[in-house]
Formats: sequence, structure tokens, C-alpha cells
Amino acid sequence: MTKVCEFEIHYTRFLDSEGHIASPLPLFADDSNALKALYRWMVLTRSFDARAVALQRTGRLGTFASSLGQEAVSVGAAAAMNDDDVLVPSFREQGALIVRGVPYKQQFLYWGGDERGSVYENNCQDFPNSIPVGSHAPHAAGAAMAMKLRGEKRAVLCLFGDGATSKGDVYEAMNIAGIWKLPVVFVINNNQWAISISRDKQTAAETLAQKAIAVGIGGEQVDGNDVIAVRHVVGKALERARSGKGPHLVEALTYRLTDHTTADDASRYRDENTVAAHWKEDPVARLRTYLNENAGWGKNDEEHLLETAAAEIEEAAQAYLNEPPQPPQSMFDFLFATVPPELSRQRDEVIRRVAEGGDNG
Amino acid sequence: MAIQILMPALSPTMTDGKLSKWLKAEGDTVASGDLLAEIETDKATMEVEAVDEGILGKIIVPEGTEGVLVNAPIAIILEEGESAADIDDVAAAPAPAPQPATEAAPAQATAAPATAPVASEADYDGPMVNITVREALRDAMAEEMRADENVFLIGEEVAQYQGAYKISQGLLDEFGDKRVIDTPITEIGFTGLSVGAAFSGLKPIVEFMTFNFSMQAIDHIINSAAKTLYMSGGQMGCPIVFRGANGAASRVGAQHSQCYASWYAHCPGLKVVAPWSAVDAKGLLKASIRDPNPVIFLENEILYGASFDVPDDPDFTVPIGKAKIERAGADVTIVAFSIMVGKALEAAELLAAEGIEAEVINLRTLRPLDTETIVNSVKKTNRLVSVEEGWPVAGMGAEMAAIMMEQAFDYLDAPVVRVCGEDIPMPYAANLEALSLPKPDGIAAAAKSVCYR
Repeated sequence: MTKVCEFEIHYTRFLDSEGHIASPLPLFADDSNALKALYRWMVLTRSFDARAVALQRTGRLGTFASSLGQEAVSVGAAAAMNDDDVLVPSFREQGALIVRGVPYKQQFLYWGGDERGSVYENNCQDFPNSIPVGSHAPHAAGAAMAMKLRGEKRAVLCLFGDGATSKGDVYEAMNIAGIWKLPVVFVINNNQWAISISRDKQTAAETLAQKAIAVGIGGEQVDGNDVIAVRHVVGKALERARSGKGPHLVEALTYRLTDHTTADDASRYRDENTVAAHWKEDPVARLRTYLNENAGWGKNDEEHLLETAAAEIEEAAQAYLNEPPQPPQSMFDFLFATVPPELSRQRDEVIRRVAEGGDNG
Repeated sequence: MAIQILMPALSPTMTDGKLSKWLKAEGDTVASGDLLAEIETDKATMEVEAVDEGILGKIIVPEGTEGVLVNAPIAIILEEGESAADIDDVAAAPAPAPQPATEAAPAQATAAPATAPVASEADYDGPMVNITVREALRDAMAEEMRADENVFLIGEEVAQYQGAYKISQGLLDEFGDKRVIDTPITEIGFTGLSVGAAFSGLKPIVEFMTFNFSMQAIDHIINSAAKTLYMSGGQMGCPIVFRGANGAASRVGAQHSQCYASWYAHCPGLKVVAPWSAVDAKGLLKASIRDPNPVIFLENEILYGASFDVPDDPDFTVPIGKAKIERAGADVTIVAFSIMVGKALEAAELLAAEGIEAEVINLRTLRPLDTETIVNSVKKTNRLVSVEEGWPVAGMGAEMAAIMMEQAFDYLDAPVVRVCGEDIPMPYAANLEALSLPKPDGIAAAAKSVCYR
């Protein structure tokens, strides 16, 4: 028997669980301000999640998927993007949206059921959240194809979870992106859980990164709780994509420290002790330790950040709560580029019904 | 006795082909199984084998001849002891019965295009050109691709092979492989990718080899293409056309032979178009490519080879959302779309012979429906027959009946009658397949019943 080919999956981590240097840091980490920015985004993400969950628990927000424990993946990956790259996120990537400059109020509106929440003024080419699992992976390949056809040196970042890797959509997207060398980087935010299905019940594959091998693109793992590593690995992949070297798959290993969504109770299917153990890998605490020990990040800095973060989020939450709801007829306005006659008739009917008080909308 | 070799049918829908090359010469000995000739159809080039033994006595159709009809004699094989003198007897003999392969094709399915009346648009008085539906579709794409660099064609076999049904002939040569794109067999992949490209401002034309394969990708069509403008508060539109052969083809079995009209017409956010003539095909496809919304464009394989006079003008389009009265009449309204328009017109001829004047409406667009044209017609005729190839339950005919109840109830002199395909998966057996589809006499019978005749 002859060995035909051989593959390796590499794993990158710079900071260990305690926030100490495990291997020499990449160049960008020399700039402590860059690291402080990553830290700030992670703290803001955690504050946003906490506020959103609280709003949901008090009946003022729809179902919400917190990213508690996964902030480094979302923030680190998005921080590696250029402004004119395109983000194609799944529904648990508020950290990436924050990095991309989507206002908190917009995000509250979105999760509150107001479509104006997807009106991105800052980054109008970024895609809205994909609620369906994994179906946005081919869309990301399509956005990358548009860039390639136009000869642009840009790239697409597509984020999805470990559960999505079992979907045909993700395979087909990676396969086609591989053939056509499309400038797209797929990042698996592997939080080990697809609602109640644990990673080992998702696939018999030893790693998720190795799914890249089957489609002939690069694949690797990164410590998803080490924001420096995520920023570095995704950044290299995006750079390769922009320079025409094709797509890449990054599996970021992290852990979902909370429920799947506000509609879920994870204590019914997983051991609290295991969850508690994973708190030792907390990405926020890890970078904080590093900054404490290497970048002069002190108690005052920390308190100031937590205060300003909470205030920013609270201000946005209040603005969201004070936003008047859209008029009932708005539900007809964006279905087609122009409202067709039959829909226009239904729209008029709703206006009439509400005006007559027969339906309070 | 000398034996005629007939032009074989290489596929159930083949009506003619090109005899591209003879592999034997006159005088050559032929054994059973020998390759005789190469025949080219719109789909493929294939070799023809000899069934009988003998000597190739005469080549009737020289190589390079195009448009050789199925079952036309192409050569004569002489048995041992026969001479060229025997040939004339054979040539003079009556044409043999069709081969089983061509019997398989429902007779009226291929006859329809030939007898279908020429369509023309009332408001156009420029030059006309006689082209097939296939050419009309290709011309529509080529013209729009010339006019807008954002338009591109993507799908299985669309580039190198020029389309599984040869719709994209010449497009790869003119526009190159960046805009005429072959994909792997990955319906989710190329549909989703095209939706993403449309979100990014390009205008993809996605060819499904047939609409049966759109089922693999229907999540991207409905949940992504149709809903994203709505769900993004008007931010992200999806200017895309999904096109391909829909409905019953011929002898392709239950999984490759069904009508998706009502599936897609059901969904908000989509426009759904079903052309019949080459005028419809060209004008509606151009309008669909220009439309900023996702459009489902349902073609019909059996109509691809049918010819019609089409306005010869790149600015000519057919508006989405408007039906067309193909034949005016005062006694009964027949609504139909796609291939059933031809059947309805044939039925109208049968009815006319019995003194009943049917008004035949070609719906052209299934969403948004031109209810005004339908209702106005029924106000005149007071009777409606709906014809579709698809299944009856929750079909377009059910929608027609509901529209009549809501908007024309007081004008009806008879209940609405639906003529549909049988409520079964398409049989593969030729006789059963033919029985399961609506035919002109059935449509005429339905029209007579609502006229109480």
C-alpha cells in the first residue's frame, strides 16, 4: 500500500488560560492600544449581551442568543477585517457587529423585531444576521464572487457555528469557493453545542477544521478564547484571500457559557460543573490578565471601561425602548422594490382597519 | 429485401437532428452492432449502430445535413444477393410505422408548437423575426448581458456544453467564462452563491437544468432571495432570475416531470413568470432580468423548439404582471399558462367548430396575477375554465376559483371548472403519461360543460 497524501491540522494559541504568553506574540500585539481596543470590544459585547438578556427577561426584546464566553471569536475575527471587507454573520456575532460599528440601538431594534435594525448606515455592504443555520455560507461565497468578478482586493468573512458544519450548505459553499479561489474566509465559532447537541454528537470528524481538506482549501484551528490568536489567524487568512490565494477555514475553539438562546435552559442537558470549569478559559479575563501584567492596565482603567461600557449600552437600550414602533402598513413596504397593486390594496386595507380602531396594530 | 435505415430518435423529445458524419461508405459490409453514422441533436452527439447485416447500398441523406426528421430514411442496407437495382423498390415503399421510441412522445405535445398560432403584440409595428423559444431565451440573455455588465449566467452545463437544452448557445464565446459560468453539481451551492452575488449588486441568471433541481435549493430561493429585502428593512435587494425547464417534459419519470407554478406562486417576495410563445419568452425574460426583485422564470422543455414571430427589437419587453388575451371570444373564458396556452387555443378551435367562441387568456405572470384581465373577461363570458398541467390541489386553478368567488361571483353563470394534470406523480409509461396530462378535447369538454352544452 502506498501513502497518497497526508494532511495536518495546525492549532494556534499565544496566551494560555491564565493570560500568560504561551508562544511568541504576533507583531500587531506589540501595539498595546490595539490589544486594549480588542479588550474594550469584548467588554462591550459582554455588556450588550447582559443588557439584551435582561430586556428579554422583562418582555421588552424577542428571543436573543447571547455570546457569553465566545466574545474573542466574534471580536477577534471582525477586528482582522478591512473596512471594505464584507461581514456575513450568523445570529450570535454581536461582537463582530460592534467591531464593525453597527450601533447598539440598531442591534436592539433588530432583536426587538424591528427591521430597521438591519439598516446599516456605517457598513452598508455587510450582510444582515443569518437566522437560518449555515445557509449564509453560500451567500458569502457569492459576495466573494462579486468581488472577484469586479477585480477588487477585498474579502468576505463568514461566521457560523459548529452545528452549521453538518449542513450541506456549508460544504457546498466551501467546495465552490475552493474551485473558484474565491476571497472568502469561513470561521467556525465552535462553542461545542448546537442547542443540546454536543460537538461529539455533531460529527465523527476529529476536528471541524479538517472539513477544509475534503474541498481542497486550507484549514486550521485556533484557540477561540485567545483573541490575539483569532485576530492573527483570521487576519492572515483574509490577507491571503484578498491577494487572490483563495478561501480558508478557521475553526475557533471556544465554549458557550450560557444557554443557546433566551428560549433555552441548558441546565437540562449539560453538567453545570463542566460549564463552571470552562469559566477558567474566559477570554475576557485572559486578555485582562495579559494587559494587567504587560500593558499597565490598572484597576482604574478597568472600572472606567466597565462604567462607560454600561452607560453606552444603557443609553442605546433607552433609545431603543423610546423608539416609536413602525406604522402597521410598513410590513408591506419592503417586500418588493416597488409595492405591486395587489399588495398596495392590502396595505390600504390595513391603514383603514387601524384608522377605524378595529385593529390596534 | 433491402432495408431502410431511419433517422433514430436519440431522446424522447427529439424531432430532428443533424447527420454529422457517415462512418461507413456505400458498398461497405455492415455487421449488426457496427457504427454507421454520427448524429447530432440539440443535446448531444451520438453514434448510430446497425441492427441488420448486409451491405450499405445507398446513403440517402449525405453527411452534414441538418434538420433530418426523426424516422426519415437515411440509408438503405442490401441483404446478401441483392443489388442496387432493388433500392428503388424500397424507396417507393410506404414509410414504415414510427419506431417505439417516438411513439413514446405524446403526439399532441410535439404537435402543439406546429399548430400554435403566431403571437404578436398589439402595440408593436416594427420588423418581426421568426425564431424558436430556445433562440428567444438565448437572445434575451445575450441582449441584456450586452446592456448590463452586472448580468451573468450560472448553472450546470451552461457554458462549455451550451446548456443541457442548448439555451445558452454562443454565450460562452461572446461573454467568456467570467459571465457564463459552469458549476459543479451543487444546487444549494450555486443558488446560494448567486443569491449572495445578487445581494452584492450583481444580477445573476441562475439556470436550473430543470426546475426539479430547484427543490434542492428552495430554501435559498424562498428564505433568502424572496425575504431578505423585507427582513433587512429595504436594505438588501436580490435582483436575480431563476430560470429553467418546468413541468412535464416527456418520458422522464415522476421525479423529473412536474409543475412548480403553484409552489412558487404561493410565496410573497417572488415574481413568477411562465412564458408560452417565443414572444413571451424573449419579452418576459428581458423584463425579468431588468426587474430588481427575484423572478422565477418557468420554461417548458417541449416548447423550446417551437417557432414564433417575435419583434426584432432589443428594446421590446413584455411587462411582468400582465396577462394576454390570445384569442377573443364571448362565450367562455379559458385561462392557461405555459404549454397549456397552446392546448387551450387548440380547444378553442374545436369549440369554434361547434359554435362556441372561447376567450383564451395567456396568464404569462402567475405572481402578481393580472386578475383585472381575468375578471373583465369573465364579466363578458360569465364562465371560466382554468387549465394547468400541474396538480389540482392548491394549484393555480384553485386560485382562479377563489378569485372568481371574491371578485366575479355575481357574474358567473356556471361553476368554475379546473382542468389539471391527474393528481399523481407523473407515470413513466408512455400511455399513462399521455393520459395524465390535459388535452385539447378535455379542455373543450370542460368549456362545453360550463356552457351547459
